[in-house]
Amino acid sequence: MPEAGYDLAALRADFPILERRVGDHPLAYLDSANTSQKPRQVVEAIAAHYLEHNANVARAMHVLGAEATESFEAARAAVAGFIGADRPEEIVFTKNASEALNLAAHSLGARLGPGDEIVVSVMEHHSNIVPWQLLAQRTGATLRWFDITAEGRLDLERAAAENLINERTAIVSLTWVSNVLGTVNPVARIAAQAHAVGATVVVDASQGVPQLPTRVADLGADLIAFTGHKMLGPTGIGVLWGRYDLLATLPPFLGGGEMIEVVTMQGSTYAPPPHRFEAGTPPIAQAVGLGAAVGYLRGVGMDAIAAHEHELTGYLLGRLAEIEGLRVLGPTEAVDRGGAVAFTLATRDGLDIHPHDVMQLLDSRGVAVRGGHHCARPLHDRLGIQSSTRASVYLYTAPAEIDALAEGLGYVRTFFEGHSFEGHR
Amino acid sequence: MSVEAMYQEIILEHYREKHHSGLREPFGAQVHHVNPSCGDEVTLRVLLEGDQVTDVSYDGVGCSISQASTSVMTDLVIGRSVDEALALHEEFTALMHSRGETEPDEDTLEDAVAFAGVAKFPARVKCALLGWSAFKDAVAQSAAGIRLEESNDE
Repeated sequence: MPEAGYDLAALRADFPILERRVGDHPLAYLDSANTSQKPRQVVEAIAAHYLEHNANVARAMHVLGAEATESFEAARAAVAGFIGADRPEEIVFTKNASEALNLAAHSLGARLGPGDEIVVSVMEHHSNIVPWQLLAQRTGATLRWFDITAEGRLDLERAAAENLINERTAIVSLTWVSNVLGTVNPVARIAAQAHAVGATVVVDASQGVPQLPTRVADLGADLIAFTGHKMLGPTGIGVLWGRYDLLATLPPFLGGGEMIEVVTMQGSTYAPPPHRFEAGTPPIAQAVGLGAAVGYLRGVGMDAIAAHEHELTGYLLGRLAEIEGLRVLGPTEAVDRGGAVAFTLATRDGLDIHPHDVMQLLDSRGVAVRGGHHCARPLHDRLGIQSSTRASVYLYTAPAEIDALAEGLGYVRTFFEGHSFEGHR
Repeated sequence: MSVEAMYQEIILEHYREKHHSGLREPFGAQVHHVNPSCGDEVTLRVLLEGDQVTDVSYDGVGCSISQASTSVMTDLVIGRSVDEALALHEEFTALMHSRGETEPDEDTLEDAVAFAGVAKFPARVKCALLGWSAFKDAVAQSAAGIRLEESNDE
């Protein structure tokens, strides 16, 4: 059984929700790829902001306004440091990763026209598909797709054979870590290819930044989107990182307060990044919470977190491999693989047990997983299935929770088999 | 109520062997309903003759609750008058929204009473209603089509 490189019991004590019981069962929270739980330190930072320092940022000139602005900008600097950005001004706060990707699509799209190509992959989350579909519709650009191999990795050979990335490619937007397959994609390699033809590279790092030590320079992308709530922070805040010289050339996304330089009746000029992209009152308390989350993750150490995640993913894959009728989607070994593991389950006589039914029975035993298409319907179509069940681990996950899942899945199978055999008599 | 009790034997039997499954000709209207949060889908056709529901055929993917509920629904509505079928839709929908406070009427709902327990799991109510909502929609479209044809004949 894996052991964390930190005191797991002490760390779990920072997350009171993990002590909850669901009916007669202890909670086994295996849905962190959906949203992570929050440590007391993050909740307390948000509470302290509201109870002691609350004011609007930038516009309020009084003491509270100065304190709120300082905390907000300190959070920006903390996030910049966390991902190795050159300067805090490269961090744009949005409401979530979806908004960050929409911002990227909208602002980059001003340069696109018919004949241009946008490349995504079939394993993307809807938030890295729909904004590009909308952009293609608006500009007449063509959307092209990376396929996947049988193992659930990007099919680079096929991409090369199809000349997927070529002189017409304007934008390549890819996920770093798949939220369904768990695959870690070679984004730096693809970014180099894309840059060689003059394309701009966007990376959806929503599942990557929470789990893996992140240096934006190593990823090689021009723009990177991720979200606060999957990395111990609150909901309502996302991040778009961009190379400053690129951000400085991009037009605004949303118009409004604080994104301007001068507004006249004839027209407006815009603030420099990042404020150009932050119209209206931003998510202030959420930024403070995200700053605290980043501090917490740094305290534990991203190397140790990635190692724990790797160990646990291996343990999870091993326990799932013992279950008959269970098929893992994506890589079955913990190599270049994140901590989200999706699978299908069938009874001995071949009846597919639908993920909602799996999820519901697991839930009745305190095991929280996600069942559905995980906002990746094209991927499920590609795999020839309608949906899947997904378990995902994070820094606070204990091996006992994975054991509860494995036992629960055995129970689900027996439950449906018992009924199905009776049904046949 | 335990989740095991929600999965009544009748539900699992219908999930395993769906009644009236598969898309058939002829039909008066076809609809496609989706539950976007989970991806459950059903394509459903109805054939109305006069005020009678002559056939309901469907092709769907989804959980045991949504599939079994659609199957049970076809048993109930085929051969009924449109008014009776829509009254059943209304009764079943009310049962699903009752949060388990209403005692279902077995005389009218027959096998559909097995879904009474689903009402205690709000996240699954939409699963149980998917096929029924598609049926109501298809009946409305079919009836509108019939009226259109009648007015064209005039």
